Amino acid sequence: MALKRKSKQLRWRRKHLLGLRELSAEEITHILDTAKGFAQISTRSVKKAPPLRGKVVVNLFFEDSTRTRNSFALAASRLSADVVEFTKKASSVTKGETLLDTAKNLEAMGIDIVVIRHSAAGAPRLLSRNINAGVINAGDGYCEHPTQGLLDVYTIRKIKGTLEGLKIAIVGDIAHSRVARSDMWAMSKLGAEVTFVGPPTLIPGEVDKLPVKVSYSLDEVIEKVDVINMLRIQFERLGGNPFPSVREYSHYFGLTVERMKRAKPDILVMHPGPINRGLEIESEVADGSNSVILEQVKNGLAVRMAVLFLVNQAAAQAD
Amino acid sequence: MKVILDSGQIERILQDLASRIISETPAKFDIAAIGIRSRGEILAQRLSNRLSKELGKDVPCGTLDITLYRDDLNSPQGNAQPQVRTTEIGFNIDDKIIVLVDDVLYTGRSTRAAMDALIDLGRPKAIKLAVLVDRVGRELPIQADYAGYKTDITPGKLVQVNLIESDGKDEVVIE
Repeated sequence: MALKRKSKQLRWRRKHLLGLRELSAEEITHILDTAKGFAQISTRSVKKAPPLRGKVVVNLFFEDSTRTRNSFALAASRLSADVVEFTKKASSVTKGETLLDTAKNLEAMGIDIVVIRHSAAGAPRLLSRNINAGVINAGDGYCEHPTQGLLDVYTIRKIKGTLEGLKIAIVGDIAHSRVARSDMWAMSKLGAEVTFVGPPTLIPGEVDKLPVKVSYSLDEVIEKVDVINMLRIQFERLGGNPFPSVREYSHYFGLTVERMKRAKPDILVMHPGPINRGLEIESEVADGSNSVILEQVKNGLAVRMAVLFLVNQAAAQAD
Repeated sequence: MKVILDSGQIERILQDLASRIISETPAKFDIAAIGIRSRGEILAQRLSNRLSKELGKDVPCGTLDITLYRDDLNSPQGNAQPQVRTTEIGFNIDDKIIVLVDDVLYTGRSTRAAMDALIDLGRPKAIKLAVLVDRVGRELPIQADYAGYKTDITPGKLVQVNLIESDGKDEVVIE
């Protein structure tokens, strides 16, 4: 503090994290670099640091979640913030209260950051335009899940060093996946070549306008990729009959021990969880030596601490 | 711009600091040097090399990032938006004499932040503060145990410590 130096370092100005589509590669890298400094807090005896002391973070989850909600709650408390948990089932939403009314009432209690998950794409953006608190998107419809995208690229970068030039396959139910979208934005901005793999019924329309390749055959891409991200089949979102049977899906698009034999020996196997064991991925693969699934969860904590920290910084300086 | 310390003087100060630390620390205690990013990191490394050599035993060295402990993080006036970096201390600090190293002691706020950060890592036997330059302008009740060069330069002026590892040459200048 006695020493003031000019530096070219990026200045973080966003008090909301709504998606990765709107971020530059520099901004994404800045979050990842910041997250590195937070990873170590979780390894020491006092797993807490003071930068959000006196701040209140609300977990506003209109959809179920295990990992993301707990990860945000833990991240916020490790930064010394107070955390208020909101779940749809136990709230006045069941009495007909609207999203904005709920948020404005919470805001009247003096909250600083809202972490929101909602089934409607754009709900976080709507919220950010109508309340003063910082807003972090924890998943909106099929649109984005930015912290998942960030923790995925953080995990890849940590192990592979860079994303530049890597070939990455995202496999499965792309159409209903906000993870696939956030991953695609982050990975492509950082220089990776992303391929969406799945049956035509689970590949979104207008995919030709996105920065990805498309393949309808996992067998065609398995040998070429450095990273494979297996998405969960989201039965709760599937309408109609996107594939004839679970067994057939598994046969063509499941990551099996047999398929893994043809993959690069250092391929990273990822999954955003929760896993349908034996469906999109066999247990032996999910728990195997190429799997970084639990590493993703661990890194998610550091990434969410970094996001909470940066959003809070931008909000404090915007006042 | 005025040079107040050249490379020879910096060398002599570091040697003097090492000698004083050794003479004032009972032999039964283990010493470790921990530098505050970023110039303190380099000075701590140099100091630990000298201490290791003179004591004939390893004096471990670590780096402390104090960003999360700063007291101006949430202040709207604070223009600073410091980059959070990693703390790298690969040893247990419990029961050691920790020599906390910084380049310039000025307001004392970095030292306060560093002490809080250290306490979250363990319980050292003692924390001693060693600085290359000790200038007036304290805003907290903090003093150096081992001060190299003392100056009463007017508060507000910039004291810049350049080191070979980060800046290409050793010197301290007032701008």
